[in-house]
Amino acid sequence: MTVSSQQSEVRSLKYIFWRRFKKNRLAVFGGVIVFILFTVAILAPFIAPHGPDVIDVKHVLEPPSLQHPFGTDDLGRDILSRVIYGSRISLAVGFVAVGIATIAGIIFGALSGYYGRWADTVIMRFVDIMLAIPTFFLILAVIAMLEPGIWNIMIVIGLTSWMGVARLVRAEFLSLKEREFVLAARALGASDFRIIFRHILPNAMSPVLVSAVLGIAGAVLVESALSFLGIGVQPPTASWGNILTIGKDNIEIAWWISVFPGIAIFITVLAYNLLGEGIRDSIDPRLKI
Amino acid sequence: MYRTSHIAYRVLHILLPFITFLITAANCAKIDKEANAAQLTNNSTAPAAYGDTLVEGTIGEPSVLIPMLAGDSASQNVASLVINGLVKYDKDLTLVGDLAESWDISKNGLVITFYLKKGVKWTDGVEFTADDVMFGYKTIINEKTPTAYSEDYKQVKKAEVIDRYTFRITYEKPFAPALGSWGNLIVLPKHLLEGKDITKSELGRHPIGMGRFKFLKWTPGQDVVLEANPGYFEGRPYIDRYIYRVIPDPATMFLELKAGGIDWMGLTPIQYTRQANTAYLEKNFKKYRYPVPAYTYMGLNLCLRRETKTGKCIEKHPWFGDKRVRQAIAYAIDKHEIVDGVLFGLGSPATGPYVPNTWPYNPNVKKYDYNPEKAKELLADAGWKDTGIELPHWLPSLFGRMLKWAGWNIKDGVLDKDGRSFEFTILTNQGNTVRINTAVIIQRRLEAVGIKINVRILEWSTFINEFIDKRRFEAVILGWGLGLDPDQYDIWHSGKTKEKEFNFVSYNNPEVDALLEKGRRTFDMEERKKAYFRIHEILADELPYIFLYVPDATPIVHARFKGIDPAPLIGMGYNIDKWYVPAGQQKHKITQ
Amino acid sequence: MITYLLKRLLEMIPTLFGITIISFFIIQLAPGKPTDVLADLNPKMTPEARERLTKYYNLDKPIHVQYLMWLKRVVKLDFGDSFSTDRRPVWTKIKERLSITILINSLALVLIFAIAIPIGVSSAVHQYSLYDKITTMLVFIGFAIPTFWLALLLMILFGVNLHWLPVSGLKSLGYENLSIMGKIWDSVSHLILPVTLEAFGGLAGISRYMRSNMLEVIRQDYITTARAKGLSERKVIYKHALRNALLPVITLLGLSIPGLIGGSVIFENIFGIPGMGQLFYQSVMMRDYPVIMGILTIGAILTLLGNMLADIGYALTDPRIRAR
Repeated sequence: MTVSSQQSEVRSLKYIFWRRFKKNRLAVFGGVIVFILFTVAILAPFIAPHGPDVIDVKHVLEPPSLQHPFGTDDLGRDILSRVIYGSRISLAVGFVAVGIATIAGIIFGALSGYYGRWADTVIMRFVDIMLAIPTFFLILAVIAMLEPGIWNIMIVIGLTSWMGVARLVRAEFLSLKEREFVLAARALGASDFRIIFRHILPNAMSPVLVSAVLGIAGAVLVESALSFLGIGVQPPTASWGNILTIGKDNIEIAWWISVFPGIAIFITVLAYNLLGEGIRDSIDPRLKI
Repeated sequence: MYRTSHIAYRVLHILLPFITFLITAANCAKIDKEANAAQLTNNSTAPAAYGDTLVEGTIGEPSVLIPMLAGDSASQNVASLVINGLVKYDKDLTLVGDLAESWDISKNGLVITFYLKKGVKWTDGVEFTADDVMFGYKTIINEKTPTAYSEDYKQVKKAEVIDRYTFRITYEKPFAPALGSWGNLIVLPKHLLEGKDITKSELGRHPIGMGRFKFLKWTPGQDVVLEANPGYFEGRPYIDRYIYRVIPDPATMFLELKAGGIDWMGLTPIQYTRQANTAYLEKNFKKYRYPVPAYTYMGLNLCLRRETKTGKCIEKHPWFGDKRVRQAIAYAIDKHEIVDGVLFGLGSPATGPYVPNTWPYNPNVKKYDYNPEKAKELLADAGWKDTGIELPHWLPSLFGRMLKWAGWNIKDGVLDKDGRSFEFTILTNQGNTVRINTAVIIQRRLEAVGIKINVRILEWSTFINEFIDKRRFEAVILGWGLGLDPDQYDIWHSGKTKEKEFNFVSYNNPEVDALLEKGRRTFDMEERKKAYFRIHEILADELPYIFLYVPDATPIVHARFKGIDPAPLIGMGYNIDKWYVPAGQQKHKITQ
Repeated sequence: MITYLLKRLLEMIPTLFGITIISFFIIQLAPGKPTDVLADLNPKMTPEARERLTKYYNLDKPIHVQYLMWLKRVVKLDFGDSFSTDRRPVWTKIKERLSITILINSLALVLIFAIAIPIGVSSAVHQYSLYDKITTMLVFIGFAIPTFWLALLLMILFGVNLHWLPVSGLKSLGYENLSIMGKIWDSVSHLILPVTLEAFGGLAGISRYMRSNMLEVIRQDYITTARAKGLSERKVIYKHALRNALLPVITLLGLSIPGLIGGSVIFENIFGIPGMGQLFYQSVMMRDYPVIMGILTIGAILTLLGNMLADIGYALTDPRIRAR
């Protein structure tokens, strides 16, 4: 009996994580919403009642009705369909931008943390430089110099948000570098590359995961802001940001054009934040169950 | 829990006195604005009174207040209140004297002699004389002056100051727009600018003029304040002050209008038809509507390759160079849909480069009513068919698009010829919702006849510099603001195709060239009319532009301002010095 | 301590260089040459005039030479003249707008910290309670809601319908004629909406950070020790936990300094505030390179200063660092 009770004390990290995560109701809520958003984006052509670009000059600026549950915009297009298709843009931008940022951040952070000394100094200096320039201004300037378009936005947002990830990864590497399993791997003759990517990195991923999830929320906000200013996704492609532009100009007579995309952005950002925070709370080894 | 209440206690301790302070300050500071608002009547015969301030809202801020240096309308608007031209157009579209008392034109039309009004003073007290006109003329034709408006003045052979109040110009060849060109604001104060670099002059930020209003103050980013010029030679304006207030966002500007922060703004079609019809607005504001000399068009690049130096076309565009294609595009577009859907009815379809109800406008030219069948016929005539592999319809369109991208020819509803799909990009400028929506509607209509369109929105200066000036475009949606003289030589003449010149579609028609010359070289109205009628006829048939619509101007002004009398094409600003607010309705009193 | 400061100052210099290089590089990304914009004014510009302009702006020299020449002038705060039609010196244009943006952002920052820190602390202390959940929600609403939308709604409510606050701009029409009190109230009332909205949007970051730091600190052993010693809960939280949790938040304060001059573009447009954001946006749209470079560089300098101040603040409050 004593043997079995000892065995039952050992739990995998994943199990601990799940138990804690499930307890955090807000986080679960966030996760569920994220999943729903995902589904909506992928199934958009099947869910949307009308095409997002169908112009109907006779039904301009109509309030929500059975035919158009979210109303119509200034060219008679159905807002519900546009919001649904807009989720694809947000999803795409979020994932690709964060993907780029994470990869770049991991590379820089790993190199900086593992090799230390001058590599560390140079890279961290570069991070400082990038952090010094006001981010939104930087994005604005670069996008306006190149042409606005979904690919450019994704790349630029990605290339301006990797710094946080880099710092996190570096911190993890600094602390993990001296652990026994690393020394063991080195003693066995593993190459640096192998040590970094096969041994240390998997253990450093948890803060990166949190940062990535939170980063998606940020990317969605930035894309909305850029599209709102007119230098993001170009019409007639629907993006939550550029629907809001039309909403702003008609705010007193067509509240539905501003409200629904606004809610969509809000829910998306909220969901990703709750999810990210939930993951962070659940992963933190220092918090007791 | 006591901890939360502890925090609350601390916060209140700090905030409460601060809030009390604010409230006290507010009560001491009531600006006496609304005192007389309730007395608004519709009595337009209330006697004219001096006083009050007129606040006009603008989205763009003026850049420089010396007219010849400024390309933007905001600068021109303010400058026109501060300085005058030699002549001006009155509400019947005839030229009358402004700074010039009268003038003589020689029999052959080559010499104009202006007799200037005497006793007109610059606001610094110095008298305005013919030397100032000469100085302005010399400056504008000077190569070093960065101005876009010198062309008209380069036609002058000789300019002379005969005496203090007489200025004479001699032209090389008869130039019909000559008299009107002296209505532009080109006179400059010689005593302040002689020997100085005009681009560095203080007058760009603090202009000195002789106009209805006198410059008072410019707070960058916020407003320009002018006050009535007591010595204005036609009598001091009734309104004490004019403020040109910068509000970059049209939605905010509309709110400011309603809250009383501005008195006058230009409404967008949506604002005019859907937003400006509440009871409050109907009672306290007046909407105006009148046609303006402007039209919007879709320009198609008629030329594929050009000679770099002269800009002459070496190779015609294989698609747009074919008249049938251009006409097909015109038939495929429903102009009424655009006027109704985008302008909300505040405009009319355009048939050519002239504005309806003006003397050069020919009402009997070819029109292109919405006829998609005819469009398809014409395209088929021109060799466009939808060929290729027919994919089963249950396959998602993504599949077909991928195959097409890989180079396969797919029967997908888009016409093709010689192995290329009929697909092109329409460019237009950012910030102009009306144009953007026009592009989107055109996109849909052209798709219905088998032409695929991509819309691309560009910021203005990139648009002009990178794409228009360098002729790197397929189609654009733009507008022309026309002067009141119908001479459009710069736009249509085949010689005006060099980089940065205005014939950017590379239109080349010798008959039109000849007619343009004829139109500007004679003073005989009948001759000119014949020439322009014929030009209109040719252009409506050949369609170097797809002429889209002529918009109306739709401003709104607070009802307390009386004396407003909009004239078609001229607008309402021409008699701003005669606008007034009856004594009982004035809102702002300037206390000295 | 002094050596620490000096070391930091020296470290700043290469960073500064890096920033200027990056700013310069970004400008070169743009298609076309800067003279194209100038030539826009004069469609009849002759080739000779273009030549002259090119020489004047040193555009004919190789890139690294251009960069060095630019750098030499920047040190004197001479960013050249704006390319827009008004041709005024860049520094003048920036100066006009700098004070407004800094004012609004500082006020917002103060408001954010004043509200976020107590919220963060109390959420941590009452973790998982209803209060925690509600404040989390509220704070996230502020973060995620499109600010312009809220701005327009509040403008309509307070400006148009209730007439309590002005709609936009910085001062009212009869400003010169007001008494001192009147002037103060007028300026304040114009700033209330923008500052409040900006603060509302920024609460989330600081308060969540404060909360998580506080949570971390509360779990520490020395807190348990303090409690075991019999100290009142209040002393435990405010005297011990808070101080330690506050340190990283102070760093955040320093990192927020670049945000001070990065005025929100959207905000300033909506409220008609002539600040840096608006200037930057207009300059980018017009390809006004001297102004763009000027703003990016100044922003970067201020950031570095902010970082240094944050480090100093950190050093002052954390004895461990001082001892180094």
